[in-house]
Amino acid sequence: MTKRPVRFYQVGSFAVGNRLLADDQRTVQSDPNRTNSIDSGHRACQGCGEALGARYALDAAMRAAGGRVVTVNATGCLEVFSTPYPETSWRVPWLHSLFGNAPAVATGVAAALRVKGREDVRVVGQAGDGGTVDIGFGTLSGMFERNDDVLFICYDNEGYMNTGVQRSAATPPAARTATTDAVGPEPGNVFGQGKDLPRIAMAHDIAYVATATVADLHDLEQKVEHAMTLRGARYIHILVPCPLGWGSASSDTIRVARLAKESGLFPVFEAENGRVTSVSPIRRRARVEEYLRLQRRYAHLFGAHPRPDIVARLQDIADENIARYGLVNDETEDVPALEDVKEMVH
Amino acid sequence: MLRQIEGSRAVAETVALCRPEVVCAYPISPQTHIIEAVGAMVKAGTLAPCEFINVESEFAAMSVSIGASAAGARAYTATASQGLLFMLEAVYNASGLGLPIVMTLANRAIGAPINIWNDHSDAMAARDTGWIQLFAETNQEAADLHVQAFRLAEELSVPVMVCMDGFILTHAVEGVDLMTQDEVDSFLPPYEPRQVLDPDDPVSIGAMVGPEAFEEVRYLAHLRQLDALALIPSIADSFAVLTGRDSGGLVHPYRTDDAEVIVVALGSVLGTIKDAVDARRAQGERLGVLGITTFRPFPRDAVRDALAGASRVVVVEKAFSLGGEGVVLTDVAMALAGRDVALHNVIAGLGGRPITQGAIDSMLGRASTGDLGRLTFLDLDESAVSRERSRIAAARRTGPSAENVLYDRATQGSRVAQEQS
Amino acid sequence: MFQVRIHGRGGQGVVTAAELLAVAAFEEGRPAQAFPSFGSERTGAPVVSFCRIDDHPIRTREPVMSPDAVLIQDVTLLHQIDVFAGLAPEGYALVNTSRSLEELGLAGLVTSLPAGHVATCPATDLALEHVGRPLPNAALLGGFAALTGVITLDALASAIGERFAGAVGERNVAAARAAFEFVHVEQERLTSAATD
Ligand SMILES: Cc1ncc(C[n+]2csc(CCOP(=O)(O)OP(=O)(O)O)c2C)c(N)n1
Ligand code: SF4
Ligand SMILES: [Mg+2]
Repeated sequence: MTKRPVRFYQVGSFAVGNRLLADDQRTVQSDPNRTNSIDSGHRACQGCGEALGARYALDAAMRAAGGRVVTVNATGCLEVFSTPYPETSWRVPWLHSLFGNAPAVATGVAAALRVKGREDVRVVGQAGDGGTVDIGFGTLSGMFERNDDVLFICYDNEGYMNTGVQRSAATPPAARTATTDAVGPEPGNVFGQGKDLPRIAMAHDIAYVATATVADLHDLEQKVEHAMTLRGARYIHILVPCPLGWGSASSDTIRVARLAKESGLFPVFEAENGRVTSVSPIRRRARVEEYLRLQRRYAHLFGAHPRPDIVARLQDIADENIARYGLVNDETEDVPALEDVKEMVH
Repeated sequence: MLRQIEGSRAVAETVALCRPEVVCAYPISPQTHIIEAVGAMVKAGTLAPCEFINVESEFAAMSVSIGASAAGARAYTATASQGLLFMLEAVYNASGLGLPIVMTLANRAIGAPINIWNDHSDAMAARDTGWIQLFAETNQEAADLHVQAFRLAEELSVPVMVCMDGFILTHAVEGVDLMTQDEVDSFLPPYEPRQVLDPDDPVSIGAMVGPEAFEEVRYLAHLRQLDALALIPSIADSFAVLTGRDSGGLVHPYRTDDAEVIVVALGSVLGTIKDAVDARRAQGERLGVLGITTFRPFPRDAVRDALAGASRVVVVEKAFSLGGEGVVLTDVAMALAGRDVALHNVIAGLGGRPITQGAIDSMLGRASTGDLGRLTFLDLDESAVSRERSRIAAARRTGPSAENVLYDRATQGSRVAQEQS
Repeated sequence: MFQVRIHGRGGQGVVTAAELLAVAAFEEGRPAQAFPSFGSERTGAPVVSFCRIDDHPIRTREPVMSPDAVLIQDVTLLHQIDVFAGLAPEGYALVNTSRSLEELGLAGLVTSLPAGHVATCPATDLALEHVGRPLPNAALLGGFAALTGVITLDALASAIGERFAGAVGERNVAAARAAFEFVHVEQERLTSAATD
């Protein structure tokens, strides 16, 4: 008998409709009684992945903790757009201190709750990639190393968006930012060694490390909820496309996030106590080119003076991730032909 | 060449003409346009040889600058507000080591509450760091001060901070006469370090100094600041010979000769004050303005001389020492010690509140009728303050004051608007 | 001194508009100053920018509170903020719209200002036609040149060309010229109607 794959998902998406699922498997977002931790009316740009990611993550954390959550937020877009004069979008207790100290502030909150015998109240720290991998890195590593009881979430939009799109240590090679202009022999950001925070977090042997994207709501919520069942230092790194900084259409946020995963550029996995425990395999393999072409920050790789050599180097990075995490399995659909890629993005 | 250009761009291009060899900075509003422009020039190869380094924090930015300067390179950086505080330990270190780094400070308020707009709290927080602090009145002066700053820093081996008002100057597009490479080269000789890390002549920089010599080292640093008081005017003079422009120097008196009342201020607000003073002069009042360009070292004698004829002095400043009074006022009061002068302190423009000519004018009106107190917060919404005070008095858990006041101001504001419409 | 205030939304080039105006004045040898309203606004948020043009050096740094002209890049702001606050009695107003002033509820404004001082201009449509993107700023400035005569179209064109290289610049100039033409014709029609 020939095998015929049954597609659960709508065309172009892998999302399972909630109505096909039992109640307890449905997403937090589908629940009309969810917290709305970040209420509507905030001032993020249209299609902001960070607004979406933070809302998904916090609502899931709230459900898991029975509404007993305190959150600490580093300076950055999320902080600025969620507390516009004279309003706040937060329906959870929220503290913004500084750009570089959110993990340590979260440690302080956790210590106070412990000393007051209120360990039912859980602490979630939040920051952008800059607040996490750059200026907050020292205090984050300290929080991991002491195994403080904090879930720290990084919303990675691969740059300092709040200050007008400058490079961070999470900015991918070749991407154009305000401090990595698309000029010279290696236009855009350098091909450095990278600063892979999920792996660095794993090297601290903390209870839980996971990555996720806003393209897979089930996966993201599940990871947050699982993290909330554990104690000690935990870290979740969420890829959140930024239409403004990436130069992608605001309607393409989910698509771009999905392509980051499906190309292998952003590996989605979980690790406990320093070991990878699961990976989200690629469902329909994409070429990095398909991903890059949707974003003006890579436009210099394709325009009048195309740079297939650089695209190939980026493809190598994706292939390396695929090999490292075993992201391709028997069910992965093959990579499309290059002609089709061009077709798809037009 | 005269160009209509953004202040940040003018500074970036002028800094490039100064041939910095290592530029290391960390983005923070309102400094970003400056470092983005310098970075782009390095990446495009138009500023060469120069290393532009994107780092992970301001602490790293100043630290890289320290390393570069100690290894003999001309080093430049820029920051503002929170960034200056984040690097503060290294800021003290740079001056303690006597490294001639030049830094632009795009003046911005310090949080909390977080605020990206202009005031002088950041510069005042670094007043005692041992850096020379120069304040620009216009973008022309901001650009010019950088050229002078490198020369001053390197002659004395002291770091220099060029302060320019965030947004008000950094983001304003106006006419700036940019120098040519030849002009800058003729004014600014190549950097010849007084101390350098060099295997051919090894030295230890940054050794521990105990009680036996620390005081002397500190006193020497103070003397170098006093040397700067003499050097700054002479550098400004030779700059004027070269360019014909009156940029830099210690102070800028304006119509002070016969003035009974003199307004003292720093930075871009001087323009608005001059307009207000001219308008009142036209009505026959004898008013003048004193701009302080060099704030550290504080030019006490120059200030005293410039204020010699005044019977009333109003210090308008964009920072405040909580529980004390204005920072500039304290210095001006010392300069006037022993003189019989009415001294007023006006705190204005905190966190970017616009300082309007109208507000200055009515303040001057009160000064001339003797109705101005010792300390005034310009345009303060007293009712919002008293509402929050009574909330605090009435209950314990009143929540964050910042949010309360914001809410109050917004709802009162919209109520007023509704009533008007 | 001629003071201009421009209202629009983040992403519409409001700040660039003020800068282009200042550069155009500079091209004509007049001191000018442009600056934004200094916010941390994101795409879509209300944004204000200012421009001053004078025959003498400009010293003041206060925001423009009594503008001689107000440019509205986005009509949805009309009901959100008081965009005409402080407008001088002899001032000008230019609104980016393809609708009429009456439809927008601005008939009162027309009567309160001198004849021919209020105009509309479909700047977004013209930008879409000539530039291919809904960025009304350059076009609206063309309309401003026609309405007020404070800057010439040529100076504006060279400011635009300086800012945007190559074809993008040319297309923006084309949009500005079309807007100039539109407002000019509209003004002629109105003034002749007024004399009739
Ligand atoms: C000490 C300090 N340096 C710099 C800044 C300016 N600053 C505020 S947010 C930010 C970038 C934020 O980037 P990221 O953490 O990635 O968050 P995003 O805005 O991209 O979501 C910067 C540079 C600051 N507030 N404090
Ligand atoms: S700049 Fe990017 S991260 Fe910030 S609000 Fe806009 S889309 Fe979101
Ligand atoms: Mg970021």
